[in-house]
This record gives sequence, C-alpha cells and structure tokens, in this order.
Amino acid sequence: MASSSSTASSGTAAPRAASSGAVRVRRQLPTSPWLFAAPGLLVVGIFILYPFVSTLVNAFTDRRTLIPGEFVGLANFRELLHDEMFWIGLRNSTLYVLGVVPALVLLPLLLALLVQKNIPGIAFFRSAFYTPVVASIVVVGLIWVWLLDERGLVNSLLETIGVGRIGFLSDQWLLLLSAMAVTVWKGLGYYMIIYLAALANVPRELHEAASVDGAGAIRRFLTVTVPAVRSTMVLVGALSSVAAFKVFSEVYLMAGPDGGPAGEDTTLVMLVQRTGTGLTGRVGYASAISVVVFVVTVALMLLVLRADRKEDA
Amino acid sequence: MSIAEKVREEPAAVEAAPRRKRVTDEHGRSVRVWELALRYLLLIAVLALTVGPFVWQLSTSLKGPTEDIFSSPPKFLPSEPTLHNYERVAETIPVWDYAFNSLKVATANVVTNCVGSALAGYALARLRYRGRKVTTLVFILAMLVPVEGIIIAQFTTMRELGLNNTLIGVVLPGCIGAMNVLLMRNAFLNLPYEIEEAAYVDGANVWQRFLRIALPSVKGTLAVVAIFAFMGAWDDFLWPLIVLSDPDKFTLTIGLNYLHGTFANDERLVAAGTIIAVAPLIALFACLQRYFFRGVGEGAVKG
Repeated sequence: MASSSSTASSGTAAPRAASSGAVRVRRQLPTSPWLFAAPGLLVVGIFILYPFVSTLVNAFTDRRTLIPGEFVGLANFRELLHDEMFWIGLRNSTLYVLGVVPALVLLPLLLALLVQKNIPGIAFFRSAFYTPVVASIVVVGLIWVWLLDERGLVNSLLETIGVGRIGFLSDQWLLLLSAMAVTVWKGLGYYMIIYLAALANVPRELHEAASVDGAGAIRRFLTVTVPAVRSTMVLVGALSSVAAFKVFSEVYLMAGPDGGPAGEDTTLVMLVQRTGTGLTGRVGYASAISVVVFVVTVALMLLVLRADRKEDA
Repeated sequence: MSIAEKVREEPAAVEAAPRRKRVTDEHGRSVRVWELALRYLLLIAVLALTVGPFVWQLSTSLKGPTEDIFSSPPKFLPSEPTLHNYERVAETIPVWDYAFNSLKVATANVVTNCVGSALAGYALARLRYRGRKVTTLVFILAMLVPVEGIIIAQFTTMRELGLNNTLIGVVLPGCIGAMNVLLMRNAFLNLPYEIEEAAYVDGANVWQRFLRIALPSVKGTLAVVAIFAFMGAWDDFLWPLIVLSDPDKFTLTIGLNYLHGTFANDERLVAAGTIIAVAPLIALFACLQRYFFRGVGEGAVKG
C-alpha cells in the first residue's frame, strides 16, 4: 500500500522519478531509515504489540499480579461462563452499544447541518459545541453527577415544572441510561466535525436539482444528504460502536468503582480493571475477559462493514 | 474572531460587495430571515445544552458557604460571588501539584509524539529501504489494538520495567501514537517530491532534507498531533488510575476523582476543582481552534 501511493504521487514524472530514486538510495546510509523509525517501533512494540500478545497468552494462565502463573488451558473461559458478573458486564456493554450508537450516528449529522452554513458567529457556535469533547471525562462525569443528583439542577427544574424528583443515579436502569446520555453528549461535537468534512464534499447541484423538483427540507435530507454521507455514517457507526462497547469512565464515575447498586451497572472493561489490578489482581482471568472484548469489537467492526456492503449491492 | 481570520476573509467580502447588507450562505446566496431566525434559535438551544453544564458548574463553584445550592427553582447567579472555594480545594487536596503533574505528563507527551511520529512518518513516506512495508503494517496493526483490552498487560509490562507508580510510566505507552505516525506519513506523502530532489542535488543529506524542507511543510498536521497529544494526556483517566498508586504522583483527573470521593458532601469544592481542570484546556482550545478544525477536516477528507 505504501509503495503504490508514493509512486502515484511521483507518477506524473515517471522516468525522472525512477532514475532519481536509484540515486537517492546511494546517497543515504542504509541505517538511516531505521534510525528514523526506531523510536516509534520501539514504543509501539513494547507498549502495544507485546502487551497485546501477552494478553492473549495470559488468558490461558492463572497468572496473578505477584505470581507468574501456569498454563491452565480454557479454565478461565469455562469460569467466565458461570460468572454472573461477567454476564452482567456483557449485558451492560451490549446495551450501551444499542443505546448510544443510533444517537451518535444521527444527532451529530443534524448538528453538522445546523452549523454548516457560514452565517455570522458560526465559528463561535462550532467551537462551543466542541467544548464537551475537550473537557476530560472526569470533569464531565463530575459535572453530570452534580446535575443529575437527587438535589441537583435537573431535579430542581423537574420539581419546578411539577414533574417531581427522579433518582437518575440510584436506579440501576436510569443510571445506565444517564451514563449513555452523557456519552452521547460528550461525543456530539467530535462526530459533528467528521460529518462537517463529509458534508463539504456533497455537490450543491444535487440539492438544487431536488429543490427544483419540489422536494422539501426533510425530503432533501433523506434523498440527497443521507445517501451522500452514507459512508461517513458507516464510519461513525463503526467508531462509536467499538468505543461504546469498551465504555469505562462514564459508568465508573457515575456508578462508582463497584458498578452501582449490587454491581448491576458494571461494564466489561470495568470488570477487567477491577479483576486485574491491585496486589491480588487475577491477571489471567482479566486477560480472558479482555480477549472477549477483542473478539466482540472485531465482530462489531465486521458487522458494520458487512451491513455497508449489503446496502451497496 | 482574530485579526488573522479577518484578513483571510477580506477577498470574499470584496467579491460580495454589491450586496454586502444581506446575510449570505457559503455559496453567496442570500438566506431568508425566518430561516436565519430559526437557525439561531436552534443554535442557542444547543449552546445551552452543551455549554450550560459548564456554566452551572462555574456558578456553583462561586457560591458561598451560606448560600443554598440546592434551591428549587434553581438560582443561576451566586448572590455573593466568592473565590473562597478555590482556596479550600487547594487546602484539602494538593490540586496545584496535581495540575503540575498533569502539565509535565502532557508536555512530555506532546514533545515525544511530535518528534517520534514525524521521524517515523518521514521514513514511511519518503525513505526507501527493505522492510518499509512491514514497518507500515506494524503501525497499522498497533493502531487497531484496543487499548482498553491490553491495559492489564501494559500494567504488568510496566511493572517488569520497574516504572509503575511513576510519571514516566504514565507517559510511555502513548508517547508515540501509531495513529500519529500514520497521520504524519500521509502529510509527508502529499508533499511534492521535486523540492526535496532539488535539495538533494544541492547535496543535502537525509537529515537536512527532513529538518529543513519536509518538516516545515507539514506544520499543520504537526499542530493537530500536538493538540491531540496534549488533550489526550491531560484528559486520560483509565491508565493513570491503574499505573499510579501514590497520591503524591496523581495527575489532575485522578486527584479530582479522589476529591469527589472524599468530599462528595460539598459540591462547591468539587465544582471548583473541575473548573481548575477544565479552564486551561478550554483556553488552549479557544486559541488553537482554527488550526484544529482545519487540521481535523483535512485529515478526515484525506483519510
């Protein structure tokens, strides 16, 4: 892939590029390219690829934080099948995908359409809408815990209009739903920018033609905008579903380290963190849960990509 | 809007001079008034939803100890604004030390990411050597590995290196992001070869060509890498939570979570803490947002 794209860029002057390429090789020490790439390769190798491989290996051992561990075959995975907490985690992470992804595919697109026109002050609105993305997840979590508190702003407003107070953070399901809402709230601006870039490439003629044919705003959105940004919607769907399945911080901060009432709001990555760290951490077992996370994320990606291909046909 | 931006927009203003009074869209066509009003109405509604929570947090942090922060209907303006809560945060947790730790981590992350990914990106895009395809593949694979899944193994790796519970340990795993390497590679690929060839004919070696010619041409992408690296390090929660155990070494995000746990009863303190954590980032972002949106847009279009 690398060589094809670089020859493409010099392809306009093919004969010259070929000869100078030959000269370039001579004027450059054979070790130089490796010196350029070495720092990146070392970091990625030691801290990403090696841990990835050792996660796969550890999943088949009973390794603990302070004990090396031995090969135990599929024992960890067999234990997972009977671990109630694992099924709770799998359920919550799956629900998270189902709740968050549709909202994150659609809402940022509408937001991008809203800020697309260059009307006065639009630059201010665009960056203001991006603020939740910039703020750290801890700040966001703490702000929303305060807003959704039994005595917080949302509940005072609800009481003022006569709805009464709602236990957003004490009910198992409302808590999960609130965390999803926060994830969507924080992600809006990020995906809005991706959609803005895609919308900039939609030819204006298409909209004009549809207008002439008498299509209203909603009709034009469905027949012109959506098909034109469909590949971006797939990308956003893939990115947001993988991120949603691996959710940790929002739920950890809003439900607490133990996952809310009776741990019912624990997600898979929270379970990995809780099981695998500390002096008594069960590294092997946590790695087995991680392997499940890998497998599901890869499956999600393939699923989204396949859905994309089907619609193409 | 900055002066630079105004200067940039001038040519467009001159073109549209005959009908300067009307508001026009990006194609120079006029926009109907009711549509414009509706747009602004919606924009303000979304503004309230996205920025409102931060403003409410700021308001809470400025409310005095005798003021009722739980009133219904809620009071949006503090009746006697005070900075007392900010002093009290600093008395209860070493919030400035935490902020300094975060600053160290974030700065280191910016430097290593800019240098490391520019070097590797240049090698992948511009240098010919056996093994280039394999190197590219290594970075692509690394980009696809989900960090949340390998976090326990990263922790044990860090322990084997004896770097647990140090700020270096916080920085290392993300200090050269595979994604950044590939971003830089794409930026270098888009430069025309001819300029470097001219320098080559003049006798410039590979390091001179990299430093004097290629690097200055990809400043935009470098800026995006820098901003992402800073925000990523300043905002990160899961990894520092796992690797740091000594309260002296906490970064701001971990310290704040600790503040929340210990003093959950006083929302004024938590609010002041969150404002301390978020204010520098919003300021940084406000200054750099033009480069940022341009860079992200470019990346997305090219990617």
